[in-house]
Amino acid sequence: MAKVKLKEFAMARSGDKGDGSNVGVFVTNAADYEVIKRELTVDRVKQHFHDICFGEVVRYEAPNMLALNFLLRDSLGGGGSESLKTDAQGKVHGLGLLEIEIER
Amino acid sequence: MRDKIQIGYGQGFWGDSILGPIRLVDEGPLDYLALDYLAEVTMSIMQKLKSRNPDAGYATDFVRMLDRTMEQIADKGVRVIANAGGVNPDACLNAVLELARKKGVKGLKVGIVEGDDILARVPELLAAGHDMKNMDDGRPLTEVQDTLLSANAYIGAFSVAECLAKGAQIVICGRVTDPALVGGPMVHEFGWQPTDYDKLAASTVAGHIGECGAQCTGGNYTRWRDVDDFVRIGYPVIEATPDGTFTVTKHEGTGGLLTRDTVVSQLLYEMGDPNNYLGPDCAADFTSAKIEEVGPSRVQISGVKGGPPTDTYKVSLSYQSGYKATGQLTIAGPDAIEKAKLCADIVWGRLAFDGCAFAEDEKMVEFVGAGVTHAGILESNDPPEVVLRMGVKCADKARVNRFGSELVPLVTSGPPGVTGFAGGRPKATDIVGYWPALLDKDQVKTRVRVEES
Repeated sequence: MAKVKLKEFAMARSGDKGDGSNVGVFVTNAADYEVIKRELTVDRVKQHFHDICFGEVVRYEAPNMLALNFLLRDSLGGGGSESLKTDAQGKVHGLGLLEIEIER
Repeated sequence: MRDKIQIGYGQGFWGDSILGPIRLVDEGPLDYLALDYLAEVTMSIMQKLKSRNPDAGYATDFVRMLDRTMEQIADKGVRVIANAGGVNPDACLNAVLELARKKGVKGLKVGIVEGDDILARVPELLAAGHDMKNMDDGRPLTEVQDTLLSANAYIGAFSVAECLAKGAQIVICGRVTDPALVGGPMVHEFGWQPTDYDKLAASTVAGHIGECGAQCTGGNYTRWRDVDDFVRIGYPVIEATPDGTFTVTKHEGTGGLLTRDTVVSQLLYEMGDPNNYLGPDCAADFTSAKIEEVGPSRVQISGVKGGPPTDTYKVSLSYQSGYKATGQLTIAGPDAIEKAKLCADIVWGRLAFDGCAFAEDEKMVEFVGAGVTHAGILESNDPPEVVLRMGVKCADKARVNRFGSELVPLVTSGPPGVTGFAGGRPKATDIVGYWPALLDKDQVKTRVRVEES
């Protein structure tokens, strides 16, 4: 195993869900899916977004897409229409997750 | 019954490129064209427009698009389904008929689906015990009842299908779900019943893939260098079949990229629990979908499972929630971040000096270029310049405007390197609060009506 950035082998997309965002991340083979299931724990993801996500992190699995879906609650500074932040809809939270360094 | 229909999805939101629908009609075969013009807060903007002008309150972009495509749509027999009606489908219908008359397009049947707009009925519904409490935090609707701007139920595919069955070539809806814009044609063509949950779930998956237009054909794709010809990016075409299996494709010769990975990317967009995606017609299990590349720019989806819907509609309400303003200046280096921080402190300090202090949760400061969108993840300590972006929000419009007048003076009364003050003083704009709720289905009755040019 070696430390690698998630962006070396995974892809992601994110968007808004109420006052939080969702971050979907997926890979292209079964071995890498085991890697992200092991490494991308709720605690790791919450820690990674410590300056962005101030609420709970929820994780869902979608094995048919080799994907994990995270909900980052309270991560938009007040919801899509009320937020003053540049990324008021969490459009780039997916790219942010891909910067995480994990063991592969 | 036809064994296959082709549904293009050419518009992902109000403000999307007019080239999507124009090119879908022009560049290849198409039976249906689905167009989404609504976002969660769009309805409140449209209600405001309608309150000033009874003939406004719909997506005028839709009529502009038809101005460039109507003859071709009529000639080719493409049927169009759009939620462009906003809060005034009737006015949108009249505008489309007027356009047809002006162009001399005769015999064009245009229909509307009404009944989603429940704003006027909110007091009566509350009195009858339908509390429509906030789905996210449980607050009672009475808290914001006096400042409500819009209230609409998310209507499903069967109302769209009913309008198609009455012969409409153009179907104008208000707040139908994005997936219902493609589900409607499938229900209509294939005779699906309300209990065909797997098929309705398949249409939900298809609609979800298409609902942001080019976002499933290479737009916003992580591996953007792999995407060919963004200029002529292809918009999605769903080839649907009676058993619910469908193929996502795009017209021959168009740009972009359509692979399993671009489709999976879009399946994950704005996803909650992938096992249980709730809509008005079914609960879809996105994890049951089998996703395969079956040819160049062809991705087939099969095996989707679904279950019965709940007995409630999701209702989207919006309300006036105070005022906000944001503005920005560019701060050139050296020491760009240090000077930008000083500038922000100067603005807050001068406002406080003048008796207009803002609380912490009313203020926002960003140093764009130093690590704003990836705060705490990717940051730069010494960029050659940063954009200082500041904002406030509060209930008092005058205080918000007072903030706006204290930003530009930094150019002459702050540290050196302050520039980029184009755009003048930031002005207070309304904050529209979003209020998701549930309402018993038997409280919402939809109606369809079809007229001919």
